[in-house]
Amino acid sequence: MHKLWASTYKEFLLLIRDIGGLAILFLMPLFLVITITLVQNDTFKTLKETKITILLVDNDQGDVSKNIQENLRNSPLFEVQLQSTEAAAKALIQKGDYQLGIVIPENLSKDLNSKVAENVEGILEKFGDEEDSLPLVKSKLKPKEIKLYFDPATQFAFRNSIKSGIDQMVSKIETQTIYKAFQEELMTDPSENFFDTEPFLIFKEIVPTEGKKTIIPNATQHNIPAWSLFAIFFIILPLSINMVKEKNQGTFVRLRTQPMSYATFLGGKTIVFLGVALVQFALMLLVGVYLFPLIGLPKLDVSGKLPMLFIVALFAGLAAVGLGLLLGTIAKSQEQSAPFGATFVVILAALGGVWVPVFAMPKFMQVLSNISPMNWGLEAFYDVFLRNVGITQVLPEIGLLLSFFILTVLISVVYNHRKNAV
Amino acid sequence: MIKITQLSKKYKNAEDYSVHNLDLTIEEGEVFGLLGPNGAGKTTLISILSSLLKPTSGNFTINGLNFREHKNQLKQLIGIVPQEYALYPSLTAFENLEYFGSMYGLKKDALRSNILNHIEILGLTKFAHKQIKNYSGGMKRRINLIASVMHRPKVLFLDEPTVGVDVQSKNVIMEYLGHLNAEGTTIFYTSHHLNEAEKFCSRVAIIDLGTIVCQGKPQNLVAQHEGAKNLEEVFLAQTGKALRDHA
Repeated sequence: MHKLWASTYKEFLLLIRDIGGLAILFLMPLFLVITITLVQNDTFKTLKETKITILLVDNDQGDVSKNIQENLRNSPLFEVQLQSTEAAAKALIQKGDYQLGIVIPENLSKDLNSKVAENVEGILEKFGDEEDSLPLVKSKLKPKEIKLYFDPATQFAFRNSIKSGIDQMVSKIETQTIYKAFQEELMTDPSENFFDTEPFLIFKEIVPTEGKKTIIPNATQHNIPAWSLFAIFFIILPLSINMVKEKNQGTFVRLRTQPMSYATFLGGKTIVFLGVALVQFALMLLVGVYLFPLIGLPKLDVSGKLPMLFIVALFAGLAAVGLGLLLGTIAKSQEQSAPFGATFVVILAALGGVWVPVFAMPKFMQVLSNISPMNWGLEAFYDVFLRNVGITQVLPEIGLLLSFFILTVLISVVYNHRKNAV
Repeated sequence: MIKITQLSKKYKNAEDYSVHNLDLTIEEGEVFGLLGPNGAGKTTLISILSSLLKPTSGNFTINGLNFREHKNQLKQLIGIVPQEYALYPSLTAFENLEYFGSMYGLKKDALRSNILNHIEILGLTKFAHKQIKNYSGGMKRRINLIASVMHRPKVLFLDEPTVGVDVQSKNVIMEYLGHLNAEGTTIFYTSHHLNEAEKFCSRVAIIDLGTIVCQGKPQNLVAQHEGAKNLEEVFLAQTGKALRDHA
């Protein structure tokens, strides 16, 4: 116990003597979480506040293209700029001056109306004279192609959301045309509004509730746990570097000649770096609760959740420390430990769902994500933050985190024994 | 005190043995100097005796304790002064010594007075609470020495303890080692400073290519070698004048 305390105190002194390292350890995660939350939170705001200019080439000049133009102009997301030719629009987009171009094909209105009229007539004929009806004559009209040009630098998700928005708009126009055709065939007075074109199906978003209070997860609620975890796992870098330094400066050699176990050596580091992880987490929470509202970000709601949050952070910290100890035991130089540690944490974060939710990953990656301790930690944090569960519900995740710590420490001790024991 | 029997060490992928079938006995209270050119096997032998390296074959005992069966007792019995400064640069001398001392199980108060006593003897009281990174080479060597003797070891292994230090520091270190020996500590020492070894050691052995080529009291060795005026000439006669660079 005396040796463990001495080791812990020594680690504490080494840590506080490196003011620059300490500042990086505590401040960088805070900058990270603030930046990411600002970016994510403001992405939606920007989309609402700043319109994207669309280059529109109208080769149709008909009702449908006018309708598309009108819909685009009415959209809060877009601003329309007409271009005379497809080539001109294409050149501007390829240069990166504009992100999106839409080319409406020639005769779209005419052909769409003809196609719809033909289909409606065919259906009505079937209803009117079932027995004597003639076989339907298939139209020779080819499907029309609305071309979308994207700046190659635009993100895949952005393209998808734009495509989906335009697809919805075109479908609506198509539906209205069909209704109009029916109305013209069936009603003597075309001004009479027979069809209700208002959407019949609407979506209702239901979010979890806590008592009578609705829990609406916002960017803060998602980002603080995810990036706190990322920061906690980044501890493997300073920890492994600390261990490699001990090997290089000869202190580890001296310790090996002393009556002291490797477990004691690791124990001192575990206690101090676990403390660092918890302080990091506390700072993250403080930023979420007090700083975020001051800079226009949603406030982090931790009411009634603090003990559970710290329990999860403790076990996540243990898993991170275990990984750092293992890396520090195996690595021979800082050139090995630092790049490997940094890259490995990023891989674990990607696998764990810090950037892309696990459910959105390919099946194979979803299976892989189950072996990322960051995934266990993140799930536990989401359980506490967003699903408001108790200790029993997070036991499987914290059990996995603890097992990971035990396993990594065991491997470290065995590896050191095989490598250094006499 | 130290009995080495048929001890050998061959490193992985090495062509030759670093230490080969070595037999050596060092009596209690001796100041034993192990001398040899670069790559002769001095550091390998000290590393084996101080539990840092596993021998390929052979055996040794210290104070009757076999290294395979009594690892922890042996560690408590010996002190090692490594060639490099094995100290934490950002800790003060006092903090370094307190930490390394506590690893030998020394308790707080006794440890502190022990540290202050050693620091005073080696002339570092004024700098006890300064960080090691601000120390000169000679000061670091002295702290390096104290870190290895706070638990009063029965055997002290020193791997070139005066390399790269100023004359004053060297003098203080050698005087202090003499004082420790006078109090009963057996000293096992390696050095390239043959004049220093000649004056300091009660017995020396010259090792080359992993085996002891000659051993005895320094003055006897000089007398046994015709034409030799000092230990350095004996050394050159035994190991040759060819350079011993190795990597």
